[in-house]
Amino acid sequence: MATTPLTLRELSKKEVLLTAGHRMCSGCGAPPVVKMVLLASEYPVVAANATGCLEVCTCISEYTAWKIPWIHSAFENAAATIAGVETMYRSLKKQGKIDKEIKFIAFGGDGGTYDIGFQSLSGAMERGHDMLYICYDNGAYMNTGIQRSSATPFGADTTTCPAGSVVPGKLQKRKDITKIMAAHGIPYAAQASPSHWQDLMKKVKKALEIKGPKFMNIIAPCNRGWRSATDDAILLSRLAVETCYFPLYEVENGATKITVTPREKKPLVDFLKPQGRFKHMFAPENEWMLKQAQEDVDKEWEKLQREAKASEVS
Amino acid sequence: MGKVVAVTGNEAVAEALRQVNPDVCAAYPITPQTDMMQRFGSFVNNGKVKTEIILTESEHSSMSACVGASAAGGRVITATSSQGLALMFEILFIASGTRLPIIMPVVNRALSAPLNIHGDHSDAMGARDAGWIQLWSENTQEAYDNTIQAFRIAEHPDIRLPAMVCLDGFIISHSIERIEYLDDNEVSNFVGEYKPVNPMLDIEHPVSYGPLILPDYYMEFRKAHDAVMSKVSKVVLDVAKDFEKISGRKYGLFETYRLEDADIGIVILNSAAGTTKDVIDEFREKGIKAGLLKPRLYRPFPYKEIGEALKHLKAVCVLDRADAFGASHGPLYIDIASSLYPYEKRPILINKIYGLGGRDYMPGHAELVLNELVEIAKTGKINVVKEYIGVRE
Repeated sequence: MATTPLTLRELSKKEVLLTAGHRMCSGCGAPPVVKMVLLASEYPVVAANATGCLEVCTCISEYTAWKIPWIHSAFENAAATIAGVETMYRSLKKQGKIDKEIKFIAFGGDGGTYDIGFQSLSGAMERGHDMLYICYDNGAYMNTGIQRSSATPFGADTTTCPAGSVVPGKLQKRKDITKIMAAHGIPYAAQASPSHWQDLMKKVKKALEIKGPKFMNIIAPCNRGWRSATDDAILLSRLAVETCYFPLYEVENGATKITVTPREKKPLVDFLKPQGRFKHMFAPENEWMLKQAQEDVDKEWEKLQREAKASEVS
Repeated sequence: MGKVVAVTGNEAVAEALRQVNPDVCAAYPITPQTDMMQRFGSFVNNGKVKTEIILTESEHSSMSACVGASAAGGRVITATSSQGLALMFEILFIASGTRLPIIMPVVNRALSAPLNIHGDHSDAMGARDAGWIQLWSENTQEAYDNTIQAFRIAEHPDIRLPAMVCLDGFIISHSIERIEYLDDNEVSNFVGEYKPVNPMLDIEHPVSYGPLILPDYYMEFRKAHDAVMSKVSKVVLDVAKDFEKISGRKYGLFETYRLEDADIGIVILNSAAGTTKDVIDEFREKGIKAGLLKPRLYRPFPYKEIGEALKHLKAVCVLDRADAFGASHGPLYIDIASSLYPYEKRPILINKIYGLGGRDYMPGHAELVLNELVEIAKTGKINVVKEYIGVRE
């Protein structure tokens, strides 16, 4: 299969499969992620979408922004739904009723992935469906009004865990979904960021060439929930990478590889400061929160580096 | 013609599914599990079917995978029971609202709490308004026959709705009966080649499934669903006619037994109808004009036809193997009462709740009910409209 080089010149010649005119908020990080994912594929793609921002804003009857076959069923079942589509494909292929090479992708937000869709996702990965699951991670239930999810970072102010006078926001760390998915023993799990679009698209390309279940967690800033400037999605996703809050790596057949190492690891406050959801952490009485958040990031980053090193040796 | 066998309900339905040979099957063994899907899994792994099977991690995912597989463009099955059906609840509406003709045998069993696993109709009754077609089966032969006919009904171009085939847990699912199987080729000719409508796998013609539809159009979709429901009865009768040609067995929207000249009657679903028919015979021998009506197509409920069939009776008891907590009566009673309401002259109706959680329904129960109906027909007086029977006081 001829592959399109990952250059803007070549990519600009390809059709964008999520059309303009959808109703996502201006400045939302999710549509560029979806566009990049679909642009990276050299194959026809059939997609499933969990209930969420991306779903409600891209297919409002009688309009659809999707130029590919697309299905939305419920919040927690995008993985099971695409597993059904993929299984029908295998059945019809086996029977000689279809011959084209088609790729299957599920899109879910962090709520539909880390939380309510977790079981469905885990099951689909274990069963080995030939599919790529993409989580666009904005760290809360943004569609329903910025409620806390298990992807919400420590300290964040959300509508269900507001920064109150007794409880200053979310006091738990977020779930490490990418490593949990890698621990399923799937051939490919990775993290990506739209700020590093070549890295993101390279990972999608690689994932689609691998047979079996693949998982990618992609950071997708939400200016409504993060309370940040409308045009800061790419800047913030870059800061997430450069502060090592959201490191870019892949786990291929069990081997961890950091794909983007920041030249200089920036302090976490660079990522937190531009976001209103962390504002209370900068109050003098909450200094401990900034400290703890930084320590958590440092610990995870060191651990990831150790894992990458161990993979190099073996 | 096919062969005569002695098999359980599970075995017979699994055999029907093997003969239909669907493209995809999804299954999960929630408690209470039946061996229907185990048998089907064995067909898959021994190359007896072309089916790809998805052994999911929950019944919720089973129905979700069925939705995806059916929208992809092929024939899809699953099976469930009790808690499994309850867990699927959310996706049942998505399957029907998306107009996907998924076929699902439901082995009717009690719902928890308390955890029970034995036969009653609480599960399917809980899902009766989910927009699915429901065919109910008295015995193993009917479960087998209904399963085969369900594909033709559900996939009919005027219908395109999912269908449940209900059979009683243990009493039918796990008991051995003598039945007749059709030949494989008779079944495959009868169901025919699956004709996908707007399949997702047609990548040249991309379609979007499952849009958001706000107040401007949502209600039109519901109205369209209701309109499709009103067409199901005719298709059920047409399919039954074709089925009679290959099987010699007659099916309608419901079965009547010695009802035409009856004064009193019992309305009852599934296996308990068999027991009741025996007791009706005994009453007929005593000169009492008793009869029975057993719904087969329960959703959509054929109100007009059932009203016509019952309106001439003096007294009728509707026996429900499920309760509708907080409603006036059991679910079947409510439907029968609605069927009879338009008639100025209509039978007196009473309601008994029986057989919950596998409690046996004995000939003695039918006798008591019929004796009460004799009395009501004579005096016109009712003691109590709704009552649990076969239960400790």
